[in-house]
Amino acid sequence: MDSPSDSHTRPTAALLGMSGIAKRFGATQALDDVSFELSAGRVMALIGENGAGKSTLMKVLSGACSADSGTMQVAGTPYRPTGPSSARDAGIAMIYQELNLAPDLSVEDNIMLGQEDHRRGLLARSLQRPRVRKVLERLGHPELHPDTPVGQLPVAARQLVEIARALISQARVIVFDEPTSSLAGQDVRRLFEVIGRLRDDGIGVVYISHFLEEVRELCDDYTVLRDGQVAGTGTLADTTEADIVSMMVGRRVEELFPTVPHTAGEKILDLEGLSGRAVPRDIDLELHRGEILGVAGLVGAGRTELLRCLFGLEPVAAGTVRVAGIVRRPLPETMIGSGLALVSEDRKDEGLAQERSLVDNITYSRLGPYTRFGLLNLRQRREAVARCMSDLEIKAVSPEQSVAELSGGNQQKVALARVLHQDADVLLLDEPTRGIDVGTKAEVYRLIGEQAAAGKAVLFVSSYTPELLAVCDRIAVLARGRLQEVRETSKWSEESLINCAIGGEGAVA
Amino acid sequence: MSTDRSRLSKLAWSMGPLLGLVVVTLVFGAIEYNVASGEGRQPQFFTPESLQVVLNHASLVGVAALGMTLIIIAGGIDLSAGTAIALTATSIAWLYREGFDGMADWRESSPLMATVALSTMAITGGLLTGCLCGLINGGLISLLRLVPFIVTLGTMTAFQGIGRTISGETPVRAYGKVPDIIASLQNPYPDPEWLLVSPGVWIMLILAAVVSLMLRYTVFGRHVFAIGSNESTARLCGINVIHTRILVYMLAGVFVGVAGLYQFTVLGGEGDPVSGLGLELKVIAAVVIGGGSLNGGRGSILGTLSGACIITVIQHGCVLIGVPDHYQDILIGLIIIAAVTIDQLRIRLQTE
Repeated sequence: MDSPSDSHTRPTAALLGMSGIAKRFGATQALDDVSFELSAGRVMALIGENGAGKSTLMKVLSGACSADSGTMQVAGTPYRPTGPSSARDAGIAMIYQELNLAPDLSVEDNIMLGQEDHRRGLLARSLQRPRVRKVLERLGHPELHPDTPVGQLPVAARQLVEIARALISQARVIVFDEPTSSLAGQDVRRLFEVIGRLRDDGIGVVYISHFLEEVRELCDDYTVLRDGQVAGTGTLADTTEADIVSMMVGRRVEELFPTVPHTAGEKILDLEGLSGRAVPRDIDLELHRGEILGVAGLVGAGRTELLRCLFGLEPVAAGTVRVAGIVRRPLPETMIGSGLALVSEDRKDEGLAQERSLVDNITYSRLGPYTRFGLLNLRQRREAVARCMSDLEIKAVSPEQSVAELSGGNQQKVALARVLHQDADVLLLDEPTRGIDVGTKAEVYRLIGEQAAAGKAVLFVSSYTPELLAVCDRIAVLARGRLQEVRETSKWSEESLINCAIGGEGAVA
Repeated sequence: MSTDRSRLSKLAWSMGPLLGLVVVTLVFGAIEYNVASGEGRQPQFFTPESLQVVLNHASLVGVAALGMTLIIIAGGIDLSAGTAIALTATSIAWLYREGFDGMADWRESSPLMATVALSTMAITGGLLTGCLCGLINGGLISLLRLVPFIVTLGTMTAFQGIGRTISGETPVRAYGKVPDIIASLQNPYPDPEWLLVSPGVWIMLILAAVVSLMLRYTVFGRHVFAIGSNESTARLCGINVIHTRILVYMLAGVFVGVAGLYQFTVLGGEGDPVSGLGLELKVIAAVVIGGGSLNGGRGSILGTLSGACIITVIQHGCVLIGVPDHYQDILIGLIIIAAVTIDQLRIRLQTE
């Protein structure tokens, strides 16, 4: 078998080659004659909107599903996966967005899972331990202790465990699927360093991401997929951001951040000394009608917890919440009753009941209009939901379709449709554009602007600084659970936001 | 066009358990016909009597399974249903026995009034007992934040113990103290013949219709599906999860009470606190065969009733063919596994 360095010296033969890959699911052609090449020691960005075929292509690569036609080769040898194990044998490893780890097992056990060193079936820890240490060192993280249960590690460290597992299995191609979507600033930096080390080691990296700035910073080459076909491929140095966006969308996107003019009105939400169990701590904040207030901060700064505490999804330790001047008890029922609505950051486990239909998901928080004497008028409800769907351009077969069958972007629209259907005065949006494509993002920004123009107040939590700067009127920065500063957006810059968010780190010991 | 197709396929799948019932019935009917003609006797499977017996047997499990369907849709489980049924039967027997003696004077002056009062008291008492069992289950699960499996595993044993305490270690007998109209509730061959099947079956069917409509057309019904499908989402949408869950268990408890009443009459007016063990598994099996998901969020009344009937058809068929008891158990076990397998297959087909 070829070693990575051999293929590095033969630049003509790609480390990984996929050609003419096609795959059809029922009526949809998910992949249509897709060719894809990756060289050793390069980082290839795989870009495309949701449903463009990125995941299907990677499923074909990992053997999770088989292509209808097309061929693949790894380091010059034909590669015909029959399942995930043949991918591993061929040296292909996948790091998915949702990590595949056993939380109760230690770092070492997770890294060696399925490839344990043993003597006649007896686990040989004395052999394993040095290998694990060596791999962690190679990744630049020797401080990670092999005995720590993975469940106790932060997300960033768990990712390292998965990467280490890939290295132990002699991976030559490592695929990262949206690895930064759950990481904050400095963890992203560290991940990029690790990926840089992998590249220098001669490993071929496929990097799937929605964040174009990240792609530009990290990657060497790009391949853009659109509607199951390759819309463009090349070196990033020769391409502009606008080119890539138009390849993704198939047209020029006029505005990435559309805005709708709106003016702030009377005060609607007033937090006084709001504290949760650990975070947030002692938050004073005001929100006005017709205003979009951004909340920035690192992961763990307490942004999500702030929204959840004031909505009553997490216990409030101290402080008061006033809605339109009246003190309200933070409980989801009372908050919904007084005109608040929340979009959860966790679409899959909290935001939506995946098995249920669009109708149910959109109307759960407001069944009143369709209810007479406790009985539901199903037809009326269905019609109202159909209107919601056409307003937001939600693509679904019917209002009765279950949410699990929709794409990520459409699911997010369903979550937004629910708070709009609720006709709330205050919208609490937690990462409303996470994991959705550029086109849908623009639609969400316009929607937020329209709501502000209609006199609603919006509290907008995001880890994606550019969107906060583009969409919000004011931005509040949290660090370690405390409110650092609130300023007009024009008085913030990307640097000052990040400095403020990090500045809080050392301030509280 | 595609909308119609997807709705049609959904309808077809929801008919799955019913279809299964038809298949099982035909298979047993055919086997029994062959066996009977081989032995030179009259086939008995496809007769009105057979239908009466099957439905009658199915009604006890079926009525308890109505409540279990609610619980399972809401993402829970109730292992204590069996012993709770026995406990309510015991309570009813106890109330009849003690009440009959206590009302001796009144019964002499106005026998009809006294009988009505006695039955009302006993039956209401039984239903309340079931309801209370549900309240205990739902309350413990919600307030202690424990897994339903563990809580009801505990109450399963506890309810039997309570029943044995009330009964004083022997079955509570109320023979001759129960009016005929109640005692014949589970008589497979009903007295006014135009009823066709036992009054117990009719009661079950009426209750089934009510629950089915409730699940579809009431806010409560939507909430039951919501908390079973995703509890976090339900909370996010302002649904009071604790209230809804306790209500579900209490309602299921009422159905357990009805099943207890059936059990009481089946035993001929006796309440035996240990007669319910194992019954809960049949009840759960009926729901699962009927397409209920133990992960919550899915289940239907039509399916559950079909499931209950499938179990009794197998039992009845085996008896007629002369297959021993233990083979029935194996067969029912296989049917449960087959039903779940088909269901998994359906999910895989629909998501692809």
